[in-house]
Amino acid sequence: MSSSSGSTLRFLCPNGHLGFAPIKVGSFDLGVATSPDFILADSGSDDIGPGPLGSDTSTSPAEWQRHDLEKMLVAARRLGVPMIIGSAGDTGSNSRVDLYVQMIRDIAAEHGLAPFRLGYFYSEVPKEYLRTRMQAGDAVTGLDGRDDLTLDELEATDRVVAVAGVHPYIELLNRGAEVIIGGRSSDAAIFAGPAIRAGYPENLSYYLGKVLECASFNAEPYAGKETVIGEISHEDVKVTAMHPDQRCTIASVAGHAMYERSNPYFEHVAGGTLDMTDCHYEQFDPKTTRVTGPRFEPSEHVRVKLEGSGKVGERFMGFAGVRDPYTIERIDEVIDWAKQQVVERFGDPATGGYELHYQVYGRDGVMGDLEPLRDQTGHELGIMVFGVAPTAEMAEELTLTGTRQMFYARLPDVKGTAGGVAFPLDEVVRVGAAYRWTLNHTIGVEDPMELFDLHTTEVSASTPAGAGAARSPEVAR
Amino acid sequence: MSDRTTKPLSELAKTVRSKNAGVDRITFDIIFNDRDNYEMVKRSGVINRESVAKLYRIDPARITDFVTYDPAFAIKFTILRSRPSGSAGDGDIFGAQQYAPLLDFVIPLD
Repeated sequence: MSSSSGSTLRFLCPNGHLGFAPIKVGSFDLGVATSPDFILADSGSDDIGPGPLGSDTSTSPAEWQRHDLEKMLVAARRLGVPMIIGSAGDTGSNSRVDLYVQMIRDIAAEHGLAPFRLGYFYSEVPKEYLRTRMQAGDAVTGLDGRDDLTLDELEATDRVVAVAGVHPYIELLNRGAEVIIGGRSSDAAIFAGPAIRAGYPENLSYYLGKVLECASFNAEPYAGKETVIGEISHEDVKVTAMHPDQRCTIASVAGHAMYERSNPYFEHVAGGTLDMTDCHYEQFDPKTTRVTGPRFEPSEHVRVKLEGSGKVGERFMGFAGVRDPYTIERIDEVIDWAKQQVVERFGDPATGGYELHYQVYGRDGVMGDLEPLRDQTGHELGIMVFGVAPTAEMAEELTLTGTRQMFYARLPDVKGTAGGVAFPLDEVVRVGAAYRWTLNHTIGVEDPMELFDLHTTEVSASTPAGAGAARSPEVAR
Repeated sequence: MSDRTTKPLSELAKTVRSKNAGVDRITFDIIFNDRDNYEMVKRSGVINRESVAKLYRIDPARITDFVTYDPAFAIKFTILRSRPSGSAGDGDIFGAQQYAPLLDFVIPLD
């Protein structure tokens, strides 16, 4: 039809959460062999809970992140196409961006890659900035039913990241970046940015991002970490599975539109909303689905999403099992006894400044208050006890009390009077500190770039790059 | 009702899943292989805000979205969590195992 019909760009996505589990290299290599125009992946998620953001860590071994970055970087430089990573290292915090930048330098040195321009940007928002804005009367607006941010809640927060839209990606490409490591970003923006910059319509560009960001989760049969390729034209988006056994079908692609979203029709990003109400899906070939009809409504005022995490306390875990049917029937009394012993030592949780949680596997350990079959308990129960307190010493003692005192629970007619529960361990173990999501909010900005700090630098294999620099480029990996 | 006039949702749907939608919500997707089963379940009307709220023992006000999605042959709803994902005491950080009670939903056959 139009003269632009012939012009397309192809985006290769190998992984929906880079670092969480390694890329499956077979379908990645098949995808690379088709010479895509971009190689991109999202590396972040708030699914992993507030711990990594609060403690400024990643949730998986660095070796998995490095594995994927190496595959992607080496392929992208060989093809001479941009490689783009968003939400580096799970959280997109500044330290995760630095970590990925260093990994890129090390990999370039090890492989003796020709010099290239690296762009990266930071997403962390200083608490002082938010405090100043709030004191000036600007609301930090709660999402999903949350109240607006208070100064107390800001105080209880350890780290805040802003979720970037397309703008930093477009700007870094404009500055000549051939590899981009992004701070926290909207998943779709990583893909939409380069497509919009190349002149494709916003509606199709954002849809491209939406449909690609989880890689093979948009294909069937179900398989994670396999490569898919999205192709954008001025009329449509086509998405193709690269794994020999996977297909992108109408059902798998349309079904993906609602994955992890409250509503399948709308996707909100900094700068507007993607409306998928009138999307039309057709099977283009056995492995490819073609999509037309998304709409994009730019917003009049840009609001940027903020994610924040705050430490609640140090945490220990204990475990107990129960087999006596009489004890199982009265398990809440057993737990109440143990809780009471903790209260006698530390006071009520509210006044004592601690948390004590029991999860009863075999009853409602997975679903908690949502469990409809709470009365149909198993013939044995496993009880996990979590104690959270300001100090490790207190957390250990209260968790030990809350676990061990189940052994001494006083039930009126119990036959077994030598101990009410079974212990696989007679100790409690320290686990990661407890954090909570303090911010799931938005803030208005004049300039969509305002919260993001952009940098570019030259990377060359001869640049000193830590331990990797000493290795010969010929070393096979 | 006899076995010939009803089926559990697990026999009619291709996919029944749950997953976080952000840190404060869990979303549920019921996806059918074909239009016939999708339309039949939709027509039956047995899966709705009230029945789902009853199944999960929650106030219907905690259901933030309830939609049918024709392009994917899907029914979808979203609930507010009782605590944000990953808070101490949350047994399902990803919200990935909250769909199970839906599998036994009794669907009258046309």
